[in-house]
Amino acid sequence: MLALESVSKIYRVGVLGLGKLTAVSEVSFEIGEKEIVALIGESGSGKSTIGKMILRLIPPTSGTIRFEGKDIFSLKGKAVKEYYRKVQGVFQDPFASYNPIFKADRIFTMIREEFFPEISRPQWERKLEEALRAVGLNPPDVLGKYPHQLSGGQLQRFLIARALLLDIRLLVADEIISMLDASTRVDVLNLLAELRDRGLSILFITHDLSLGHYISDRSVVLYKGRIVEMGSTERIYSRPLHPYTEMLMASVPRIDQKWTHGEIRVERNAVGPSLGCVYYGRCPIAQEICARRVPPLIEVESGHQVACHMRT
Amino acid sequence: MGAWYELIYFAFRNVKLRIGLTILLFFVLAAIFAPLFARYDPNAYVGPAAHPPSPEHWFGTTTFGQDVYSQFAHGLRLTLIVGLLGGSIGTLIGILIGLISGYRGGLLDEILNMITNIVLILPTLAILIIIAAYLTVRGFLVQSVFIGLTAWPWAARAIRAQTLSLRAREFVDLARMSGRSSMKIVLTEIAPSMMSYLFMVFILQFGGAILNAATLDFIGLGPTQAFSLGLMMNNAVLWAALELGMWWWLIPPGAAITAIVGALYVMNVGLDEVFNPKLREL
Amino acid sequence: MGLRVENLRVYYRTLRGYVRALEGVTFSVADGEIMGLAGESGCGKTTLGHSLIYLKPPMNYIEGQVFLDGQEVPIWDMKRMNEFRFRRISVIPQYAMNALNPTRKIGQLIADLLAAHGVDFKEILPELKRRLDLVQLSHEVLNMYPIELSGGMRQRAVMVISTLLNPSLLIADEITSALDVSTQKAVCEMIVEFRNRGFVRSTIFITHDISILYQIADTIAVMYAGQMAEKAPTEAILRSPRHPYTRMLIASLPQVGVRYREERLRGIPGAPPRLLDPPPGCRFQGRCPVAFERCVETPPFVEVEPGHFVACWREI
Repeated sequence: MLALESVSKIYRVGVLGLGKLTAVSEVSFEIGEKEIVALIGESGSGKSTIGKMILRLIPPTSGTIRFEGKDIFSLKGKAVKEYYRKVQGVFQDPFASYNPIFKADRIFTMIREEFFPEISRPQWERKLEEALRAVGLNPPDVLGKYPHQLSGGQLQRFLIARALLLDIRLLVADEIISMLDASTRVDVLNLLAELRDRGLSILFITHDLSLGHYISDRSVVLYKGRIVEMGSTERIYSRPLHPYTEMLMASVPRIDQKWTHGEIRVERNAVGPSLGCVYYGRCPIAQEICARRVPPLIEVESGHQVACHMRT
Repeated sequence: MGAWYELIYFAFRNVKLRIGLTILLFFVLAAIFAPLFARYDPNAYVGPAAHPPSPEHWFGTTTFGQDVYSQFAHGLRLTLIVGLLGGSIGTLIGILIGLISGYRGGLLDEILNMITNIVLILPTLAILIIIAAYLTVRGFLVQSVFIGLTAWPWAARAIRAQTLSLRAREFVDLARMSGRSSMKIVLTEIAPSMMSYLFMVFILQFGGAILNAATLDFIGLGPTQAFSLGLMMNNAVLWAALELGMWWWLIPPGAAITAIVGALYVMNVGLDEVFNPKLREL
Repeated sequence: MGLRVENLRVYYRTLRGYVRALEGVTFSVADGEIMGLAGESGCGKTTLGHSLIYLKPPMNYIEGQVFLDGQEVPIWDMKRMNEFRFRRISVIPQYAMNALNPTRKIGQLIADLLAAHGVDFKEILPELKRRLDLVQLSHEVLNMYPIELSGGMRQRAVMVISTLLNPSLLIADEITSALDVSTQKAVCEMIVEFRNRGFVRSTIFITHDISILYQIADTIAVMYAGQMAEKAPTEAILRSPRHPYTRMLIASLPQVGVRYREERLRGIPGAPPRLLDPPPGCRFQGRCPVAFERCVETPPFVEVEPGHFVACWREI
């Protein structure tokens, strides 16, 4: 349904824009029908940049993003609106997604004005109520309030309800639960999974492996803008191949198993912009070739790809 | 609809706004009605020289025997008009250029930025003097337009900076994902978010226009026919009203300008509270 | 002897009245204990941490006592607290990375801080260097400005500085929440290492992430809406929680290995009460599935098993 083809994003930084900062580097992956894909990465991995590019909020420096076969950045005028009718996003900070000077339900009014100008008021109200109930909200409790009068969880559900008003096929969920409390977090996760079961595809961007594991069908692991490993979630979690994924799995805090106490590992000064593997500077099993050549993504078993010279 | 109704409701509940508005309204009404009660031509020599306030001359007379009340009444009207016009023109241009430049970015931004910087470093007063000197018949309209045309750059820069930071906010992303056109986003998301800021810009432009006009008036380049508060004050200073103890000549125009600009400032603080629902509740 | 807090009540003064942020909090932390303090945002865990070292307006001390090693700590008195701060009670703040004065070199900064507390920098330098080695910071950092260090390095520098005078009590306030998982692990292990080497005696580790506490804490205390809900040894609270809130909270945590397709987790319906005018009695009653008439009275925080405290009428 959605395909990224060798997408890169390079920002110009520093004096006169002479410096370059590679946020995303030659990323290719696909999101299929009725599928939750977890995009996993730490800060600086470029995961949010990918989400914003899919939502057409920032253009890629090179590469193409296709939705149902069409390059989304070649869309013009009406076609853009049609794209947003099918692809929507929800962001990390629920409070930042609302203009604080307006009531929170204004995001629905905006959808009505732009997408359903012909619909009658009672009809619209029914539709809105349906969408709010679908995300587990009681309309009278939440309508007509300002963002600061609602909780983070409610605001986040509002945004999902907003997307449901449209005929969406793909939802980009960028760290949408990292600012929620544990007790409400699971409910939002379950909601996403239910939506998937009803036919939606979801790109679930997260830094939290346990959350990714809980709901996703496939996982894509990013490090410094590159895909280091991807495949079915079950495979990756039961048998991580890339040393970075291994390290992530070993350091995620769990409540069923304690950390194995190795030496205390901290980042050392990263090796400067190298030609080789992005993980070279921290990799425990790196060899000389890793500093010279970027490892390509190679399929090691059906649907499981790894970018590592040592493990392929 | 509901949003506007609520905004007005909170606006009227806000004490600072009410105080500011009352003072401003007072002067606006005064500017409209006071000249009707002025019995003399502001320029004519009608009474005894340097006379303190009396039933005959409510605000006293000048060194030359002109009626201060008549001068004040006409001057207030013109000053408000010049301030309003000049301030509006400056604010409008500033908002327009600031919003477009900040939201669109890219080449357009660079060009607009260059123009802004050029106008910004022009010696405004000198230009005004040259232009004013070339025009033999000068109306307040021309004066207002010139003042407005030279006063906008700092406003444009400030609004551009605000727009830049607002543009990166997620609620703007959300509006873009709702299929809104750029124009609509600027008008319905970005501009309202800095409403109180825009009002402050207007206040400063308004005050600046009044002061600029007074300066021009002072060096004899003001409107050739009319009278303004600036002209009055400068006449008063020129003829040593203060040293001669003629307070009635100096205080009315000075107090009026101070009160008007002060009222606008108080209103600005109040508006900030009205526009920001979070501040309302405290 | 450790730390003992008895019936601590701290409110925030706001224009609309008192926000009852801490309501009768009682607990103790033994020598050498790392106590994890968990709870949702707004439950009072950060307020508790702050009130033990720096109780400043709008925080209002209402009542309660704090004892450290048997001696009363005058937390309501900003001046007298000076002799406790840093020397005996120290804190690693939430945004530790930004807590350093950017215009001073790290070494000068430490020297200033020590001088303010009457300690000679030269005397302590060898120990300082040993500790920098321990957290894998080179001695060079003493001659560097904070801006020259990465976020993770600054975090470690602050950890060393905070514990330099071997405080009896260390309060770590959400120090891992802004870090990546790999750095998170390293920082947590350092906290344990500091305790093992006796740099600090008791530690209160505040976080919203219970899975981190499972890794490093000896005991875990769970707060809800300004009250202590449960405190017990780590294994006990995770394997057999007694308070309904703790039970539901732990059951809602997605763990690596749990998948939606196989096992559906559930959150806790409802929201915490507003602390401006909380209901009388147990503050969890509105969301509690087993609440009954008695819950309108405040349940006492009692020891139901050795070291296991619960505030719930169902468990008494």
